[in-house]
Parts: sequence; C-alpha cells; structure tokens
Amino acid sequence: MNSKADTKTKPRKNALVMFIHKLGSPPWFYNFTGKFIPWFWALFIGLAVWGLYLGLVKGPADYLQGESVRIIYLHVPAAWMSMLIYITMAVLGFIALVWRIRIVEILAMASAPIGAAFTIVTLTAGSLWGRPTWGTYWVWDARLTSELVLLFLYLGVIGLYNSIDEPRKAARAACLLAIVGAVNLPIIHYSVKWWNTLHQGSSISLMGGSSIDSSILWPLLIMAFAAKFFYAANLLTRARIKLLEQDVRKAWVREVLREKKS
Amino acid sequence: MNAEPVSGSLSKAFFALLRRDLLLAFRRRTELLFPVIFLLVVVSLFPLGIGPGPQLLARIAPGVIWIAALLATVISLDALFRSDFEDGTLEQFVISGHPLTLIALAKIVAHWLVAGLPIVLLSPLLALWMNLPAESLVVMIMTLALGTPILSLIGSIGVGLTISLKRGGQLLSLLVFPLYVPILIIATAAVMAASDGLPYTQFLGLLIAGLITSVTLAPFAAAAALKISLS
Repeated sequence: MNSKADTKTKPRKNALVMFIHKLGSPPWFYNFTGKFIPWFWALFIGLAVWGLYLGLVKGPADYLQGESVRIIYLHVPAAWMSMLIYITMAVLGFIALVWRIRIVEILAMASAPIGAAFTIVTLTAGSLWGRPTWGTYWVWDARLTSELVLLFLYLGVIGLYNSIDEPRKAARAACLLAIVGAVNLPIIHYSVKWWNTLHQGSSISLMGGSSIDSSILWPLLIMAFAAKFFYAANLLTRARIKLLEQDVRKAWVREVLREKKS
Repeated sequence: MNAEPVSGSLSKAFFALLRRDLLLAFRRRTELLFPVIFLLVVVSLFPLGIGPGPQLLARIAPGVIWIAALLATVISLDALFRSDFEDGTLEQFVISGHPLTLIALAKIVAHWLVAGLPIVLLSPLLALWMNLPAESLVVMIMTLALGTPILSLIGSIGVGLTISLKRGGQLLSLLVFPLYVPILIIATAAVMAASDGLPYTQFLGLLIAGLITSVTLAPFAAAAALKISLS
C-alpha cells in the first residue's frame, strides 16, 4: 500500500472506496490525520474540564460512599476504554492480517500501550476507591481480576511486538495474539466472574442495585466521551510518529521534515 | 502456498509426522524427563513452604497440582517447534504442500503424549503427597486428562509466535498464562466440588467444550503464527 498503487487504481471506484484507499497511503494518512489531531485534543480537554467540574465541584457526594464516589469519574471511563481499546486493537489486527495494510498494523500496535495505560488507571483508581469503601486496597473481585488479566494480555501483546526486530513481522505476530486474546476475553471474563461467586460468600456490588442519579450519570458520560477523544488523539499522534520512524528514508518524510523546519 | 500435487493422504502425513516426533522424543529421553521432574519438585515445594498440615494441603491440592501442571507444560512447550525451526525442517514442512494446520496438530498431539500424558499419569502420586481425598482423585485425573491437551493446544499458538526469538521462553509464559486462566478455574473448581461432595459433571462438560473448541481453532491459529514467524 503505497502512493504508487493509488495512482493505478481505476477512476471508476466510488468515493468511499477511494477514500479508504487513500488512507492506506502513508503521506496521505499523515496529512489527513494531522488536521484532526488538534481538534481531538481540544475536544478532550474541553470535555474533561467540563466533566470534572460537574463531577468534582458541582456534583453532590454520595450519602453512602462520601467523597470517594468521585473516583468513578476517572475509574469507570478508564475501565470502559480498557475493554473498548482491546476490542478495537483485535479488529484492527484482523484487518491488518487479512488485507495486510501497514497503517492498520501501526494503528493496532499504537492502541496497545494506550489500552494498557487505561487498564493501569482503572486498577489504580479502583483500589484507591476500594480502600475507603471496602476497607482494603485489593480484593479478588471479579471485575478487578478480569481487569488484571486484561492488563496481562496487553502486556503480552506489547512484549511480543517489542521483542521482534522486524517491525512488520512484529506487528503481524502481535495482531494475531491480540485476536487470540479477544476470542478468549469473554471466556476469561465469565470464568472469573463465576469463580468469584463460587469462592466469595458476600459479593460486593458497585452500585448496590440502586439506579444512578443524573447528577452522577452526566459527568460520567461526558468523561467517557473525553476518554474517547483522548484515545483518538493519542492514537493518531503515535501512529504518525511511528510512520515517520518507519519511513525515515522515504521522500515524503523528508518533505514533511523540510516543511517543519522552514 | 504452492499448488504442487501432494503424495499420500492427509492422515498418512499426520501419522508419519506423529511417529517421527514421538521417535525423536524417545531418542532424547533425558530431556523428556525434565518437565516431569520439574512438576514433582514444584509440588513438593508447597508442603515445605506452607507446612505439612494435612487439612490445609488437601484444601490447596487442586490448585497446587494444576498450577504445577501449567508451569510444567509451559516449560516443555518451547520444544514443540524449536528444533524443527532451528534446523529448517519447519520450512520444509511449509513447502511440502501439506496444510500447516495438520502439521501443527500432529506436533501438538505428539507434544501432549510426551509432556501432557506423564502429568496425568503422575497425578495420583502428586495427589498422595498433597493429601487429596481419594474420592476426588478420579476427578483430578479426569480434569488433567481433559485439560492438559487444551494447554498444549493454546500453548502452540504462543510457541508459534515466539519461535523466531532467541529467548522466546520467557515471553511465552507471559503470552499463554492469561489464556490459561479459564482452564485453571474450571478444573480446580471441579476437583474442589468433588472434595466437598458436590456435583462436578458440569465442570467436566465445560472442559470438554473447551477441548473441542481449542482442537478446532488452535491448530489454525498456530499455523498462522508459524507462517508469520517464518516470513
């Protein structure tokens, strides 16, 4: 997938197919995504400030959990992202393996560290919330345990990707591992959940069965969107840097660097 | 890869490869014993570390034996494709025209016979050491007989991915242990249920389901992994 192949494609293809083909070309991808990144960062910062203001300053403290309930504005969006990014990575990995598109390989692999970071944030925030609420930093709760296994899956993908020297081979091997992990993920999740009910007499439920008040729900949703824009901005930034690194000897990179200098 | 006519049927190729691998393993008998000895040593460390109280040992026996089995399997996994990769035999298999999935399956079966089956056969001794009640011994053996093939099957994917690395073994454990979590949970739950006098057949059913799923899917993934590693 390089720019030469694009010029050979027939002009009769419809606009969407053409657009996807163009995105496969590194210089085009680089320039196209470059326009969006500042907007994504801006949206992320705007939404995060708004969401945190609503959640931390304006919102009420929970009558049961007190001020510590506010940790969920970080914890829950991070937990959602940790799973969403793994699935995104596996889907991208599948596309990368089937159609062998280099940019998709790069996007899949750039997702892994972000997802791992979100998983670590989830675990840390979760255990900080657990201390005042459950009286301990760590319990082998089903959610915490699945999240921990998810972190190991992420670390496996990152480890494999970084161990193989040749970048494309490394990406394809790690993509396959991500797919295998994604197939296993529901099995791991349900087995851990069920293991938890088997071994733990008193189960602790997060929301206690009560419905979430809108004063909590709104900031939570805003923060979830903020996290998604953070992922998009971070992912594209990483992918662009990786592209520059891989294509450092190619003409388009030299042109980009020349433009940056002037 | 290539469309050259292949001599001999698929089953012939499968059994020829299985025979070859078993013969090779048998010629290297000492290497064969390392994972087994490892298993014995690991299990014997638990009473030393925890204390010889028979009640406690019986309680943790299913988990200890199963974790030792996981460790022993991962130790032996590296040999699954290693020597064939290093001397170029694996590349010959790829260009032989036989589906790589079939080749992977034959090697996985050979690996289980060499590394998995001894664990199953040794489990009565391990159960004895760990003071596992006699009535749950049968369940222990059944879970190992159903579970260790799954370990070999899933492990083969990890080996396929790490085979081109010099020190793939360390990475391999990181790749496969998270994938082993469900098997560990289900198998130990079955043995614990049997120890408590509860019904356990549903757990064996889950293990059978896992075995069928991994037999159908894992060889394809392992073949794909090998193709990436050989590229």
